[in-house]
Amino acid sequence: MRVTFTVNGRRQEADDVWEGESLLYVLRERMGLPGSKNACEQGECGSCTVRLDGVPVCSCLVAAGQVEGRDVVTVEGLADFARQRAEGGGCASGACGTSIDEAQRWQARPADAQSDEAADLPRETLSPIQQAFIDAGAVQCGFCTPGLLVAADELLERNDSPSDADIREALSGNLCRCTGYEKILDAVRLAAARGEDRTAGQGA
Amino acid sequence: MADKETRVATAPGRTPTNLTQGGRTKAGIGESTLRPDGTLKVTGEFAYSSDMWHEDMLWGFTLRSTVAHAEIRSIDTSEALATSGVYAVLTYDDLPTDVKNYGLEIQDTPVLAHGKVRHHGEPVALVAADHPETARRAAAKIKIDYAELPVVTDEASATAEGAPLIHENRDDHHVGHVPHPNIVHRQPIIRGNADEAAKKADVIVSGEYVFGMQDQAFLGPESGLAVPGEDGGVDLYVATQWLHSDLRQIAPVLGLPPEKVRMTLSGVGGAFGGREDLSMQIHACLLALRTGKPVKIVYNRFESFFGHVHRHPAKLWYEHGATKDGKLTHLKCRIVLDGGAYASASPAVVGNASSLAVGPYVVDDVDIEALALYSNNPPCGAMRGFGAVQACFAYEAQMDKVAKKLGMDPVAFRQLNAMEQGTLMPTGQPVDSPAPVAELLRRVKAMPLPPEQQWLAAGTGADVRALPGGLSNTTHGEDVVRGIGYAVGIKNVGFSEGFDDYSTARVRMEVVGGVPVATVHTAMAEVGQGGVTVHAQIARTELGVQQVTIQPADTRVGSAGSTSASRQTYVTGGAVKNTCEHVREQVLDIGRRKFGTYHPAWATAELLLEGGKVVTDGGEVLANLADVLEDEAVDLELEWRHRPTEPFDLHTGQGNGHVQYSFAAHRAVVEVDTGLGLVKVIELACAQDVGKALNPLSVVGQIQGGTTQGLGVAVMEEIIVDPKTAKVRNPSFTDYLIPTILDTPTIPVDVLELADEHAPYGLRGVGEAPTLSSTPAVLAAIRNATGLELNKTPVRPEHLTGT
Ligand code: FES
Ligand code: FES
Repeated sequence: MRVTFTVNGRRQEADDVWEGESLLYVLRERMGLPGSKNACEQGECGSCTVRLDGVPVCSCLVAAGQVEGRDVVTVEGLADFARQRAEGGGCASGACGTSIDEAQRWQARPADAQSDEAADLPRETLSPIQQAFIDAGAVQCGFCTPGLLVAADELLERNDSPSDADIREALSGNLCRCTGYEKILDAVRLAAARGEDRTAGQGA
Repeated sequence: MADKETRVATAPGRTPTNLTQGGRTKAGIGESTLRPDGTLKVTGEFAYSSDMWHEDMLWGFTLRSTVAHAEIRSIDTSEALATSGVYAVLTYDDLPTDVKNYGLEIQDTPVLAHGKVRHHGEPVALVAADHPETARRAAAKIKIDYAELPVVTDEASATAEGAPLIHENRDDHHVGHVPHPNIVHRQPIIRGNADEAAKKADVIVSGEYVFGMQDQAFLGPESGLAVPGEDGGVDLYVATQWLHSDLRQIAPVLGLPPEKVRMTLSGVGGAFGGREDLSMQIHACLLALRTGKPVKIVYNRFESFFGHVHRHPAKLWYEHGATKDGKLTHLKCRIVLDGGAYASASPAVVGNASSLAVGPYVVDDVDIEALALYSNNPPCGAMRGFGAVQACFAYEAQMDKVAKKLGMDPVAFRQLNAMEQGTLMPTGQPVDSPAPVAELLRRVKAMPLPPEQQWLAAGTGADVRALPGGLSNTTHGEDVVRGIGYAVGIKNVGFSEGFDDYSTARVRMEVVGGVPVATVHTAMAEVGQGGVTVHAQIARTELGVQQVTIQPADTRVGSAGSTSASRQTYVTGGAVKNTCEHVREQVLDIGRRKFGTYHPAWATAELLLEGGKVVTDGGEVLANLADVLEDEAVDLELEWRHRPTEPFDLHTGQGNGHVQYSFAAHRAVVEVDTGLGLVKVIELACAQDVGKALNPLSVVGQIQGGTTQGLGVAVMEEIIVDPKTAKVRNPSFTDYLIPTILDTPTIPVDVLELADEHAPYGLRGVGEAPTLSSTPAVLAAIRNATGLELNKTPVRPEHLTGT
């Protein structure tokens, strides 16, 4: 079957999709968007979390056919998504996100290209939560990271100053085997605090 | 800058890339430099092994045994092969050479089962197809006729008269000294005279402990891509812990010379020991070579539980004696580890369990025995803490019991018996670097305690989220009691018992665009621990450059050894440091050649490279590195070794077997709902000596991660194997539970830095020690809260409610 939906602001088409294929599989293997991770493919770990019409879901549990005509945001589109949210706009123009051509040519970016924007300096291209994960040391192997970022970004969208209990509750569906979670908590607190700083700055 | 060697296979669409950090990045050793791969990882661009992709690639799938022990009467693949979209179906008969087994130390693991299966989930056949679902469906059509055999599942059934032999014709080097062919390896350690010393004891305490089978449960599944080359060789992109060890095992099975099996490390989603053994490596190569097409294999979680070895479950018997003034008199213990169907790392795990069985205490008279069984249970091998974890669980429970019997404070009792620099290990090896065991206990005890009954702190009523049981809202705290427990542990760093535990590093220094840059190339597996960060820090420190490029790890450079045993920062870090030092000498030689006549300091002073310049130890600038090097490059690849170790004597266990030790202490605070049998760990504080924190942020992250894995085994993690059938009951994240962010408390960490003068920068391996003591600390806290004995991991509700 053919499935047509929006990914990170761009209309995408996938052909010859099998009945049983998950959204995760279509994103990773057909659209060249491997950012959403395949850690369990049984809905238990949250590594594959994406936004489907704004709602965080485990993309491994969503049948590809279910997303026909709907709107998906993955970790690859998180920075654009966050920027547009901050600017109060949407993505009606389709100018944001990854085009199908770009997606199919996807390669892990030669990191040499980012040498001058060293990892410890804020990059315009990262969303606040992405930057906070780097700064707080919340990334080790990083396999849980894309799912956690999407979930944490959604939490901060709903609640810009979450308590620790709120953070724990919101991220309880995302397993991480490396970090012991403490630095993930730190990262979410940091992103929230930076958001408050910015708001405070604007108010002044 | 990258090696221009031509590859004979086409590169896949996604490949691991160089990691470059530079520009305004500061940070040499000792600073919390951020990961060079951090940006790639948060944007989803980092190429993990399961992300590898190649045009026209096929998908491989492994058919696994549904029974634990059986003769294979026949395999019929015809229907699977006839399925449209299927390119190959392989069984044992299709293996290309006489080498049909592999293994880390003992080559007893079949690439594909032949004649027999020995455990549930053993690989029997392989399928390659154009879609993963096609491969799976075709595999389901393979017909296997099994004649089931009786299963061996524990020591009694393994050594019973007439017990089936798991490996009938053993010819490995351990078989001559083990008491039964179903025992992989046995290591006694006898020092002093435990029987005599026991006579001096005023109290004697014994206990029997059971440690369940834990899984590494790394999140990134076993996966990779094999691309056939035009020269008949193969390129393999894979997640592993040790490329060269894989290569050594893969090439003979394929019948290829090692240089025709070109391996590149792809992004690794955690490892924890579970990637020391091969999983899909040979399978993917076989399918690629057979079909002439690139083949990708990605395990799902179910398969991952069968695709790697687990932590050895263990039964431990311990007896300690002490005088009434609190001095330990002797230790007798017996540790039986279940190695499962294949040897994997069992011999080395036995060496660790026995030599670390005493723990970080002074006991002169010991009678220790550790052994590993062959059984029809899932194979067990390396996991973080490696044999020391099981022992620590038992000896720390014993310490509490002895202290209680003496009426002493458990921490004071441990401190009274704590080892220190100069103490002899039970192997007779002196501990010749700081061993701050008493101090770590003091520190962890001195940390402020979390407030009591925090669920009430919210004000009106109970915040159920903070109670044991959480949002299930089953109580409001009526039956909740608090407990506090302590534990401390000792772990060896690096490979022991005479193993040639070396590493190799290649470092190139040159000027690019007027700026001096260093390129570091090693075969070290970055599995998330942060080795790439540290290598860049070392290169910056030693070579005085800002910009450092870390090349992907592959087999074009010499072996780096395994990313395990807390050894990589020590050994490959040491190799990078050593190579940098030689590069620096050559750079200085170029400088002397070019500028030596201009300033006498070139010949007389101690020269350093700092901030892109050559400076004297007095701080005088002699030249810019860019002017020294111009268009010359210095490029060296060197091996580096730490002090050698020696094997343990097979009868007495004596020998200088270990390289270095690391120590961590934990204090656990738990709240237990005694009515429901539920535990909530409130806080798990850790104090650890790291010798020198090369990257404090990463060090703390490692300690917190290790602590959480120990917490998991204390209260929830266990692979459950049916004792009658030896089948695994819970191979999924639905049934095998690992801690979530709700199960994990805050983990305050106190890092002590007492340099080990034998190690590079004084560092001490970090990753494993915190996994040891967190489990017994949690158990001690639960015992403290409930007064129950509790001698088994994990603690389940029924153990607490007696139901
Ligand atoms: S991969 Fe979807 S929840 Fe684990
Ligand atoms: S699973 Fe490795 S960083 Fe979370």
